[in-house]
Amino acid sequence: MTARPTVSAIPGPLAYRPLNFGRWVVWGFAAALFIVAPLVFSKGFALTLLSQMGVMIIFALSYNMLLGQSGMLSFGHAVYSGLGAFFAMHAMKAIGAGTLAWPMSLLPLIGGAAGALFGIVFGYLTTRKAGTPFAMITLGIGEMVFAASLMFPAFFGGEGGITGDRTAGPSFLGISAVTFGPALQVYYLIAAWCFACMIAMFALTQTPLGRIANAVRDNPERAEFIGYNTQRVRWLMLILSSFFAGIAGGLAAINFEIVSAENVHAIRSGGVLLAAFIGGVAFFFGPILGAIVFVIFSVALSEFTKAWQLYLGVFFVLLVMFAPGGLSSLLLMNLRVLKFGKFGRLRDPYFGVLACALALAFGTALLIELMYHVTLNVGQGSSVRLFGFLFDTTRAGTWVFATSVFLSAGVAFEYYRRQFRREWDAVQVEIEDWVRENP
Amino acid sequence: MYESVISQALIGLSYGLLLFMLAAGLTLIFSMMGVLNFAHASFYMLGAYIAYQVSTWLGFWPALVLAPLALFLIGAGVERWGLRRVHKWGHVPELLFTFGLSYIIVELVQVIWGRAAVAYRVPPELDGPVDWLQRFGVTFPEYRMFMMAVAIGMLVAIWLLLTRTRIGLVIQAALTHPQQVEALGHNVPRVFMLVFGGGSALAGLAGVVGGNAFVTEPAMAGTVGAIVFVVIVVGGMGSLAGAFVAALLIGLLESFGKVSDWSLAAGLNALGAGVGPDTPGFGVMALTLAQVAPVLPYLLLVLILIVRPKGLLGTRED
Repeated sequence: MTARPTVSAIPGPLAYRPLNFGRWVVWGFAAALFIVAPLVFSKGFALTLLSQMGVMIIFALSYNMLLGQSGMLSFGHAVYSGLGAFFAMHAMKAIGAGTLAWPMSLLPLIGGAAGALFGIVFGYLTTRKAGTPFAMITLGIGEMVFAASLMFPAFFGGEGGITGDRTAGPSFLGISAVTFGPALQVYYLIAAWCFACMIAMFALTQTPLGRIANAVRDNPERAEFIGYNTQRVRWLMLILSSFFAGIAGGLAAINFEIVSAENVHAIRSGGVLLAAFIGGVAFFFGPILGAIVFVIFSVALSEFTKAWQLYLGVFFVLLVMFAPGGLSSLLLMNLRVLKFGKFGRLRDPYFGVLACALALAFGTALLIELMYHVTLNVGQGSSVRLFGFLFDTTRAGTWVFATSVFLSAGVAFEYYRRQFRREWDAVQVEIEDWVRENP
Repeated sequence: MYESVISQALIGLSYGLLLFMLAAGLTLIFSMMGVLNFAHASFYMLGAYIAYQVSTWLGFWPALVLAPLALFLIGAGVERWGLRRVHKWGHVPELLFTFGLSYIIVELVQVIWGRAAVAYRVPPELDGPVDWLQRFGVTFPEYRMFMMAVAIGMLVAIWLLLTRTRIGLVIQAALTHPQQVEALGHNVPRVFMLVFGGGSALAGLAGVVGGNAFVTEPAMAGTVGAIVFVVIVVGGMGSLAGAFVAALLIGLLESFGKVSDWSLAAGLNALGAGVGPDTPGFGVMALTLAQVAPVLPYLLLVLILIVRPKGLLGTRED
């Protein structure tokens, strides 16, 4: 048996160097992506999609400071982004009225400050508990804020919400062309904030507070034994997280120029939870991925179908059941298989399982859309155009076709799923054996 | 005067008992499996919709039996093929699974029954005020009385089942010492499945009797779901008796709050403070209790968290 190397004997490459080459490459690539994206997707709709993705990325990352980094499952995170948005909107109106001298580009800071303030107040209450009670209390606080927001129409604008004008005030740095009126300028403002927030939140994970939050998540009792007040750690993390959520709210206020009670609603809170989890909470970049997928679902898919929430829900439940690490863990596991040169063995099973999954998704969507058409679009006649084909809901053949596609794809999927599962498990075992033998 | 107080109290009690029916199933499942079933209120909604469907075919009384049965099967199925699979990944994925399920159920209900409220009505036998109460000048719907009877009957039935039957003893033992119960040869996963199914059936029963007393619509799960969570936290996590007290408290708070036009400004003026529209903060002070009624349960939650974090009758500290 060989002696283990002591800590001081660890050679150079493992020493703590936060600004290493790999990080420069990754963050530089991210910055380039932010700059190039609107040049590629320059159409109006794609641009709004990108802007909303930017806002959602900040929101989802701030949510993950709770769920992923501190183990707090919150059902009321929209409280902080929503209230931040309301305060930002009032500030925007004050800028327009000339009573507040504040640059529009820094408006999200006001949202962030408001979010953090409410984080201090509500966080003090919610973080007294952890685990499941914390989840239930955040839900209660969220409902309370939503109900209260309809109670004070002077501030919250009632059902209609409040509106503002983002072009108000002096132009950006005195450059008269930059007024944040055009969508492209708003996109770049959001992108700049998004990039800055990403860096700030990533840096936070490297601080002692970020590390001790991980400890509180994994084993609160031990964290207490080494002298940390777990409640205080949770509270601090929640305040910081609500600050970033408030920034996202302020950016949303600039982007839409309207804020309503919907911004603090439980649907928003649920949405950010879905986004973070779909991306995966175990890795920093997970929620970024999740935010992009979520916006595609909620903005792009909702253009085509009314049943998008059903698809989102099914997608989410499938992820919880089969890949609780989210998309990011799926990605990394496949990368590992690729790295060990075993992807070739998985190629054929992958092909079968994905082809069947596609067919199954087609069959399911067909059935759901047909049913939706029957119950919700009663007045629009019996024929409906789906996937480019015309279907008649009164003909039995339509339903026989949809059901048979659904059932046959389901059977084939189950067959290939089992085959894939066998091969996948075998590959994972081989990799883990190799790792164990060659530490 | 006293007539309206009595009828408000009865309305509050019947609502509180309905909340307790929901909270009981949720508490039972939570204390046994450690799972907070987010879809519980969705099962309540499903109960109402299934009862509506059955009542259009067979009438209300068969629905009263069949809908909870259907919910039992659905709940047991969800546990068997969904939750049990997720269990190995811990409590958060379990909770998130039920959260996702609530999304799906709301959407499926809309696919099947549409987005508007359905005409699920009170059975004609129970339509109208209670006669003997009317003699005292109190008008109270007969159906609400029936609701209370069902809730109390259910309460007694659960209590007898848990304390006086063999399966009840096994369930109680599995609550605290699952490993030992398993070592004695009982199939604990099956007990879990039965409890989850039973809790869902209770939610379904609450849906059957609550759906026509209130409105049967896709939003009903959301409205009641958050309140039931408040009931559980206020009563103390995992405490059935606490849930009972908290449910009645919140029921009464809601029913009396909704009809009271008392406000802080009026109260101060009665003391001669002379509060008027020019006083700072008048917008807040002028709100009547009826206007803030939707927030009252949550304010109670906040108050309890400050004064007594473990809940009224709770024992868990965390």
